[in-house]
Amino acid sequence: MRKIVAAAFALCAMVLTLPALAQTPPNVLIVGQIAEPKSLDPQAVTATNDFRILVNVYDGLVRFKKGTLEIEPALARSWDISEDGTTYTFHLREDVTFQDGTPFDAEAVKFTFDRMLKDDHPFHDTGPFPLAFFFSQVEDVTARDAQTVVFKLKEPFAPFLSNLAYPTGLIVSPAAVKEHGQDFGRNPVGTGAFKFEGWDPNSKVVVSRNDEYWDGAPQLEAIVFRPIADANTRVAEMLSGGIDLMVEVPPDSLNQFREDENYSVYEEAGPHLWFLILNTKEGPFSDKRVRQAVNYAIDKKALTEDVLQGTATVAAGPIPGAFEWANDGSVEPYPYDPEKAKELIREAGAEGKTLTFYVPEGGSGMLDPVAMATAIQADLKKVGLDARIQTYEWNTYLANVNPGLEGKADMAEMAWMTNDPDTLPFLALRTDAMPDKGGFNSGYYSNPEVDRLLDEARKTTDQEKRGELYGQVQQIVHDDAPWAFIANWKQNAVSTAGVQGFELEPSFLLVLKDVTKG
Amino acid sequence: MTATIAKRLLAAIPVLFGLSLVVFGMIALIPGDPATAILGSYATPENVARLNASLGLDKSLPQQYLAWISGVVTGDFGRSYALNRPVIDIVLERFSATLLLAGASLLLATIFGLLAGIVSAVRQFGLADKAITLVVLIGISVPSFWLGLLLILFFAVRIKLFPASGMVAIYGGGGPLDILHHLVLPAITLALVATGVIARLTRTAMLEVLRQDYIRTARAKGLTERRVIYRHAFMAALVSVIPVIGIQAGFVLGGAVYVETVFQWPGIGAMLVNAISQRDILLVQGGVLVVAASYVLFNLLADVCQTLLDPRLK
Repeated sequence: MRKIVAAAFALCAMVLTLPALAQTPPNVLIVGQIAEPKSLDPQAVTATNDFRILVNVYDGLVRFKKGTLEIEPALARSWDISEDGTTYTFHLREDVTFQDGTPFDAEAVKFTFDRMLKDDHPFHDTGPFPLAFFFSQVEDVTARDAQTVVFKLKEPFAPFLSNLAYPTGLIVSPAAVKEHGQDFGRNPVGTGAFKFEGWDPNSKVVVSRNDEYWDGAPQLEAIVFRPIADANTRVAEMLSGGIDLMVEVPPDSLNQFREDENYSVYEEAGPHLWFLILNTKEGPFSDKRVRQAVNYAIDKKALTEDVLQGTATVAAGPIPGAFEWANDGSVEPYPYDPEKAKELIREAGAEGKTLTFYVPEGGSGMLDPVAMATAIQADLKKVGLDARIQTYEWNTYLANVNPGLEGKADMAEMAWMTNDPDTLPFLALRTDAMPDKGGFNSGYYSNPEVDRLLDEARKTTDQEKRGELYGQVQQIVHDDAPWAFIANWKQNAVSTAGVQGFELEPSFLLVLKDVTKG
Repeated sequence: MTATIAKRLLAAIPVLFGLSLVVFGMIALIPGDPATAILGSYATPENVARLNASLGLDKSLPQQYLAWISGVVTGDFGRSYALNRPVIDIVLERFSATLLLAGASLLLATIFGLLAGIVSAVRQFGLADKAITLVVLIGISVPSFWLGLLLILFFAVRIKLFPASGMVAIYGGGGPLDILHHLVLPAITLALVATGVIARLTRTAMLEVLRQDYIRTARAKGLTERRVIYRHAFMAALVSVIPVIGIQAGFVLGGAVYVETVFQWPGIGAMLVNAISQRDILLVQGGVLVVAASYVLFNLLADVCQTLLDPRLK
């Protein structure tokens, strides 16, 4: 018995003398992620969490310019677009090799896209590729010579370049795909600033500096991505020194970090929109005045500043302000004006109407859906509308809302994060995007002028002209009020003070090439 | 004895089979499917249909179940949609982490629960008894996810004695001592409720036994108090405590979900919660089957221990 006790004490002593946390090693950045990645195959994944690793391992033909949502050259030095907007010719860099030593050339680009888009490609079975429809307009890809690749589109499609800058358009090493097949996602090879080193399930993904990087080798020796799903645990790891950088900080903790000089806080509004879909087909919201009244009645400032504790800004219309080139700033958010709302409701004869309000319990980009719903319900009560909340688990919710609200609900919460101003209105506001036609127009909004403008914007390759068209869309939709426009989420991050050169991108991607750790 | 065990093991097969049917049916009945979960905002009916087809989910439910069960019989549990790896690899990896956590907690709970129970029975209504009863009451009442956060705040953030989360250190980790170091806080958190329950029941069982005639006889024979309590009373009380420990093993496995989430312990509970919300049906099936099989085994183990200890059952 004595011996056992003595042994137990010895063991305790040994455990206690272990350094509680090996301080994070110098020049290695440890990033607290929100979940285990699914795969590191850029064409196979859909989650921002996975994209945050991918953009450091791979490059695309083009990329978002730092701090903006504008396109700049990456693996393609330059490109030409044909008059009719259906042929894109990219001129590639000559000095690039993949991290496995094989050369980057036009054939690699063709391989990347054919694998994703062609059912009969020998490596198509390394999928599925859920976001392949981003490139559904691509008819074929040809390697004209080693440094020239030509994309032929079925019809003009202006968002094509932003889709190429999205992680789904990152270029993979054909040799590595051929070698690893189905397991390529666990043995990724690209041309990026960091090369893949290893992946311990549930513990870490490690990438190390690519000394041969064509755009200048990064200073960090390595980055470790740790999945820490629970937000409070992520905060505790940050406070105890287990990570150097964390994303998606809970609002409560953000203020704590802000007041502590050992940490730096980052915030950046992104192309995100949080809104209420209003059922324009039946019930009170078939009257435009009631829809506008709801927009006036909701105190969006109180929502973003109190409920969301400053982690979002007030939204003006369907196109988030982060798309600077598509916003001329002429559309202002609906002001908080309960009197005006009451007046409109009276005019429409909708006083005291009961509304069914669908609310998810959580979900991607939904912020704090239940608390927000309760605040909105209270605001509507003040102007004489009785909203009845029904909550659902996220996937159940989508299965309920996406087929359309008819016969079920008057309003429903929704949030989207996109990479081009075209995406959300095109998929959720057009007459041809009604649920029975495979779109997300669950509130049945229809305005032929908006349809025409969106179609035209899609065919216009000149960015300035496109921007003007979206400006008009913004104005009309704002006035028609098929949605209640509530908030644009600001993504946030916290790092230790020693981390320098880090910036959040409006694209919500996590580019770590220029980061140093002192 | 061997025949009984074999019979019990055989009886588990239809139970597990029925369970797999029920779980499969439940996941199929709840709205939403893996394709919707994977596509998120982009889940148009067209995209969902295309993705479901490439995942093999466009077949009828009985066909899907048959394909799964015939795989399981040959040891092939399929591939997870959400994590893109063989289900069996993920489940075994996660389950061993949970077993380690639950095992350590159960060990702690048993040792401290029995000790506390004995002390408070022997010193009934004394100071020690009152103190232990109070602590046990608090232990049973405190929710583990809250206690876990408090422990992290104090031991990891404030005095930096233990790591805040995970199972191994990011650099140079993975040795047994390193894992033990990471295990301390989650194991204590998870053990607390079970310790309380075991302590309460041990106290009751001991009090009952201590009132029996043969204890008086033992004392009258002049045996030392130590020998009376540990040899005569405790061994008899243990017979009624062991099944409780067996049941607690089940609760500890179940309660591990919260603790695993708080401490980012890579166990099967957190994995199952995730898999359900992703509608990752094969992973849920594989996980549930393994957990259910282990329940059957633990209960069997508890019964065997009881038979061995109780002369009347032999």
